[in-house]
Amino acid sequence: MSTQPRLVEVRQNVLKQNDLLARSLRQRFKDAGVYVISLVSSPGAGKTTLLEKTLTRFREDGCRVAALVGDLATDNDAARLARSKAPVRQVITGTVCHLDAEMVQRSLDGWDLNDLDCLFVENVGNLVCPSSYDLGENLRMVLMSVTEGEDKPLKYPTIFNTADVAVITKTDLAEAVEFDLAAAHQSIESVRPGMEVLELSAKTGAGLEEYLSFLAVHINKKAVVA
Amino acid sequence: MSIVEGASEEALKHDGAQVHAVHLKLGPLSGVVKDALLFSYDLACQGTLLEGSRLIIEEVPVVVFCPACEAEKTLDSIQRFCCPTCGTLTPEVLSGKQLELVAIEISESEAINNGHESSQYAGMAT
Repeated sequence: MSTQPRLVEVRQNVLKQNDLLARSLRQRFKDAGVYVISLVSSPGAGKTTLLEKTLTRFREDGCRVAALVGDLATDNDAARLARSKAPVRQVITGTVCHLDAEMVQRSLDGWDLNDLDCLFVENVGNLVCPSSYDLGENLRMVLMSVTEGEDKPLKYPTIFNTADVAVITKTDLAEAVEFDLAAAHQSIESVRPGMEVLELSAKTGAGLEEYLSFLAVHINKKAVVA
Repeated sequence: MSIVEGASEEALKHDGAQVHAVHLKLGPLSGVVKDALLFSYDLACQGTLLEGSRLIIEEVPVVVFCPACEAEKTLDSIQRFCCPTCGTLTPEVLSGKQLELVAIEISESEAINNGHESSQYAGMAT
């Protein structure tokens, strides 16, 4: 004999564990004075190329910078980023299509965060799952390349909505693929009103200075607050 | 998997109870697709206390604050973050990111439940 089915209230965020961990990571970063920037995009939008340039420039400017880079199977990206001479660690996720706070925490093992001013976390190339996982970052940067089409933000509104800044990459190819910049801005504005949008070509260097100063402003702002 | 773990943890607190259903609240900005959850649920439940239970998903809308109307508004589409009434852009999101385990539906055998009927679980607010 069983009693009538009844409801037992749980009311719990399913990703509570990740959120709690991300919160403690954020506190750890704050205590150590590290500004954390994550990069998300579809595969091939240019995260690694942009990051390599960024790390190189940051180091030249005396910023103590490091990077974690997620990939399903290879450590190719870490090898590319290591050319910048910045400390780089690969997070091989296996079958998992995104990074989570636990992977970030694990990857930091043995690094003294006090030796860093800025940490970049390059997510696995994917515009879906990464949007659900807080990594404890201060700034989430979403990249879209001109070859992907202007309506990418409309197709993946969630990731654009959770991001803090959008970067349109590969602008040197814009003309060849007849990319409509105004339409792209409109798409971004539609899913995330007011979000800052930067445009650049990591290859030619166009827009790179504006992008670097944008990041510098954010990192310095954080330093003042801390 | 986190859903199954969370619900199983709760089910464990009610020793011997049979789990009939798991209730979940899902917002469009959670980054999770309803159909994908439903599709994988049975598989994820295999060998757990939840085996044989149903997943009931309540989809909740995105609610934003419209600065022009000075009111909460429900978005028609997550591709257009603007007020459905006046068209003003609405960057301030009040809710819509939920991926929340709301409740589990269980029945306990009377033998176990006898004498332990308490009011603490009765009258769950929805």
